[in-house]
Amino acid sequence: MAVFTRAPKAEPILGQNRVVAHLLALLTWIIGLLFFFPLFWLTLNGFKEESVANSSPVLFFDPTLDRFSEVTESTTGLLSFTEAFGNSFWIVLISTVLVMALAVPAAYALAIRPMRKWRDVLFFFISTKFLPIVGAIMPLWIIARDLDLLGTRTVLVILYTAMNLPLAVWMLRSFFAEVPKELIEAAQIDGCSLIGQIRQVIMPIVAPGLAATALLCVIFAWNEFFLAVQLNPVGASTIPVWVNSQQKFQGQFLAGLSAASVLATLPVVLAGWIAQKRMIRGLAMGAIK
Amino acid sequence: MSNAVVDRDTESRADEVKRLERREGWKRRIPILPALLFTIVVTQIPFLFTLFYSLTEWRLDTPEPREFIGLDNYTSLPDDKFFRDAAWISVQMTVMAVLFSLIVGTLLAILLDRKFFGQGFVRTLLITPFLVMPVVAGFMWKTQMFSATFGVINWVINLFGFESVEFATRYPLASVVVVLVWQWSPFMMLIVLAGLQGQDTSVLEAARVDGATTFGIFRQITFPQLRPFLELGTLLGAIYLIQVYDHIEVIVGGQPGAKNLPFYIAQRSIGGGNRFGLASAYSIVMVIAAIIIANIGLRVLSNLLKDDS
Repeated sequence: MAVFTRAPKAEPILGQNRVVAHLLALLTWIIGLLFFFPLFWLTLNGFKEESVANSSPVLFFDPTLDRFSEVTESTTGLLSFTEAFGNSFWIVLISTVLVMALAVPAAYALAIRPMRKWRDVLFFFISTKFLPIVGAIMPLWIIARDLDLLGTRTVLVILYTAMNLPLAVWMLRSFFAEVPKELIEAAQIDGCSLIGQIRQVIMPIVAPGLAATALLCVIFAWNEFFLAVQLNPVGASTIPVWVNSQQKFQGQFLAGLSAASVLATLPVVLAGWIAQKRMIRGLAMGAIK
Repeated sequence: MSNAVVDRDTESRADEVKRLERREGWKRRIPILPALLFTIVVTQIPFLFTLFYSLTEWRLDTPEPREFIGLDNYTSLPDDKFFRDAAWISVQMTVMAVLFSLIVGTLLAILLDRKFFGQGFVRTLLITPFLVMPVVAGFMWKTQMFSATFGVINWVINLFGFESVEFATRYPLASVVVVLVWQWSPFMMLIVLAGLQGQDTSVLEAARVDGATTFGIFRQITFPQLRPFLELGTLLGAIYLIQVYDHIEVIVGGQPGAKNLPFYIAQRSIGGGNRFGLASAYSIVMVIAAIIIANIGLRVLSNLLKDDS
């Protein structure tokens, strides 16, 4: 948190002049709104009739909630929106729980009771992110096929856990490293057990970091498309696969798919808004502090 | 004689210490092992398989004959026009996306790094694109921004009296890069912002008192302090952007012009091409390229970690 609050006396890089300062603030606002505009437009389209959406852009129209109810109530096709949403929900939830269960002990060991060469271990974890997934996709496909896991939620749970694990270890280590060593030593001297130390000293300090890490894992897993479309393209698949398939096969789809996109995007956008400061700090400080 | 006894004594004590240390070492390592084993089994072992596949001629048609052909898949690569095209697209796409998002992100961070009305709100607006599902981002840009008939960009172009352009088909690579930059500038912005706001303000103050110009301060104090953050952004951006697949699938689909290596590899193997041997060779080449980038990146990161213990 401290990263985003600077000392009150600090001067910004640009512009000491008041007029310039106002103009720059205005410019920042305009750019911010421009960046957000495509999403605003997407949301707007979700409230339109198909005939209105599938025409030259208009700003004023009679808004309707029909597209949203059509999307959530539709059961057509191999995979309906609600089914895909449910699949995504369970896959993301279980994989994130697994990631945290594996990453918390590892990060704890790396930060609080580091052994020799702990940096090498941390590097190994993060280096697995450097190897493109496409380099493993064929064996993964073959193995999943031979184990009868193609088209199941299980295969995505396993792979999303592996995908997020290095990042979670990386971020969590930096949050654990922020726990003052003196506090832990004091608790040890007071005869506090390991469990007690973790519960009473460490957890209160790292809890927000844990939450931010879990949310980042949720975001990455929720948005993942490549593995999902390669290994689980139909019945048991996730929201991104559903969005992609709809785009291909529907005729007049713009408003309906916009409404669905809003519903598909909203959960992680909200999660990201809530956790923005800590998430990025965990990512950046994982390397720098 | 007595000397020898003393020696043996210290020796056994040293052994004892060593044993205890080893025991303590294992106690410290055990919490890491589950995560380590899981990562190795799921992410590392498949690469060895890919390496093996790449030495075979293996089309996944029934009854899946597999023939060991040594390095033939690799020696055919230089003449493989499709491979060369995909590799070149990969390079262009990654370099452009990383570079432009870094520039845009840095500018945004500098603009945001000042107190003004609604600062927190504007920052939230600006980071949102990074959170959006890539498939949705692709669909939205393609059908509602780039499209010649329904697209907002073309609507604006028409206002100025120019002809509509079907961007996604006319300029597939540029279209994908635009969407990537839209999604990744916010990420770069946040990393640079963390760097800007971690600056030692007393140094800036002192420089200002000494009469340094704004530009001088930026070049000589801010930029050197930002460097590790810019490097981190470049590294993380490159890792993800070299692997882009979603945006290409949605915006360009099967058309030529913006198929990078991951897209082409998937197409040639699982996506119906069934040439698992050859596609594996493509993958290995891509992995080697990524390892080279990673090595440079890791050196940077290890410099960053040096001060930390």
